[in-house]
Amino acid sequence: MPFIPHTEKDIHEMLDAIGASSIDELFDEIPESLRIQHLDGVPAPINEMQVTRLMHERAAEDAGALSFIGAGAYEHHIPAAVWQVTTRGEFYSAYTPYQAEASQGTLQVIYEYQSMIASLTGMEVSNASLYDGASAVAEAALMAVRANRKSKSRRIVFVGGVNRTYQKVAQAIAGTQGLLFDELPFSTETGLADLDALTSMDEPPVAVVISQPNFFGCVDDVDALTDAAHALGALVIGVVNPTALALLKPPGQWGSNGADIVCGEGQPLGVPLSSGGPYFGFMTTRQSLVRQLPGRIVGRTLDVDGKPGFTLTLQAREQHIRRSKATSNICTNQGLMVTAATIYLALLGEQGLARVAASSHRNTLNLVAAVDALPGVKRAFATPVFHEAVVQLDRPVAPVLAAMAEQGVLGGLDLSADYPELGHALLVCATETKTEQDLQRYFETMQSALTADSSLRDVS
Amino acid sequence: MSELPGDLKYTDEHEWLRIEDDGSVVVGITEHAQEALGDLVYVELPEIDQILTSGDGLAVVESVKAASDVYAPLDAKVTDVNEALTDAPELVNSDPYGEGWIARIEPEDRSVLDELMDADAYQAFLEKLES
Repeated sequence: MPFIPHTEKDIHEMLDAIGASSIDELFDEIPESLRIQHLDGVPAPINEMQVTRLMHERAAEDAGALSFIGAGAYEHHIPAAVWQVTTRGEFYSAYTPYQAEASQGTLQVIYEYQSMIASLTGMEVSNASLYDGASAVAEAALMAVRANRKSKSRRIVFVGGVNRTYQKVAQAIAGTQGLLFDELPFSTETGLADLDALTSMDEPPVAVVISQPNFFGCVDDVDALTDAAHALGALVIGVVNPTALALLKPPGQWGSNGADIVCGEGQPLGVPLSSGGPYFGFMTTRQSLVRQLPGRIVGRTLDVDGKPGFTLTLQAREQHIRRSKATSNICTNQGLMVTAATIYLALLGEQGLARVAASSHRNTLNLVAAVDALPGVKRAFATPVFHEAVVQLDRPVAPVLAAMAEQGVLGGLDLSADYPELGHALLVCATETKTEQDLQRYFETMQSALTADSSLRDVS
Repeated sequence: MSELPGDLKYTDEHEWLRIEDDGSVVVGITEHAQEALGDLVYVELPEIDQILTSGDGLAVVESVKAASDVYAPLDAKVTDVNEALTDAPELVNSDPYGEGWIARIEPEDRSVLDELMDADAYQAFLEKLES
């Protein structure tokens, strides 16, 4: 796609043609009182050299450490071919191309992506992606309210153990549109969602959000949760880790009827951690709900000569046609991240992804079993996990993690502020990227941090 | 423009209503509306027993180039929907006043029906739009 810049002369000619004196004048119809004069927290402009320097410094803060933190974003090996192909000029755009006659390659990549994600989640249709996992949950909540017309409720319920960052983002995005969000309890004994809390709800919610695995890495009883939610007349939104789906039952097969909307964070599929983004969100659903799906959808069709081709489809959902009643204001997507994910999945294949998942699962189990043997350290839940687990210490977590970080090991996510009911807890993750030596290093680093820090043991 | 059926009521949103012998009201969109929309590809029908307030969305008619709401012309309860439109939305194009009906409703307040346009008034309304 060529880059065509506007010169000052071009801009003036265009403004002259429509009789405007300046670009600002185009916004005249927005009253002065509604315009933001300045944005808090946005620093003054800096030049390219300064930005480059700043970004290198920031990136260096993350670099080099051996990371055992997951909590929503996961370090996986990305075959070199993934980004070699993704960054070719032909693919190098974040946009969903709408000119089918000029964009068959990109449209086909998105179509392949949709096919793979639909297959992975066990659902019938997929969109072309959303911004990230958290905003996908918000979009799924809004979609559920549109789709579940039999329900009078605008309350969305998260079963216990769904990532709280997702809950906060959903609240921020959809809370202003009249949706209400509640979180049900989880068991501090097992780390699993409290099924009774769901079945005994007085007022049936419009949708129930179930995650697999949950934030603590635990594998929930999604069949029972799904059936309980459906019995309340609620739609089921499944939030899943795509890597885990290589081993676990896809949401399309949860319970008697399957989940209704499935979404999640796509980052584990070939997108580097890169200090938090850009990532992408995925979303799939049943064919019967496709008209309520947000975002773009690529379809396969025949051209006038009867040859197969690809084009955007079901556009009547979108804002350029449905205006304020569009299913979302997302008219582009994370196209570049999706291209990477498509190539990643194509390279690994079904078996490759299953090997990544199994290897991550095994590494985490080995790591947790090892540290569980350390005095003052224990695995919090005996529940099956995917590739993440909660570990409890006999003393505050932060100083231990700080001591480990000094030795170049990021030992996990401190849960004590967000989940005080779990005590001195941290969340650890060991993906397939970790070798036996890495696990040994974690063990030794934690051991030495605990020994050096024995004065802080909490005897209560 | 074909002849407007004389036994129907019309709204300025280009919907028609037929008052049945049992008091129920059948709703559809007019010939003018289907022509303006073009070939329909999908009709989103309401739920049976859905309670509607005048001005609520009753249905959505979607063509290849546009999607429009069909509004409830009065407070009413939905008693039946034209399921045939799920598989054959083109019935709205081919027979808007017959096979292409959208929903049957039970009005709350029948007096509103008297305020709607008859065929002559709607014809005049259309001519004014086109002038």
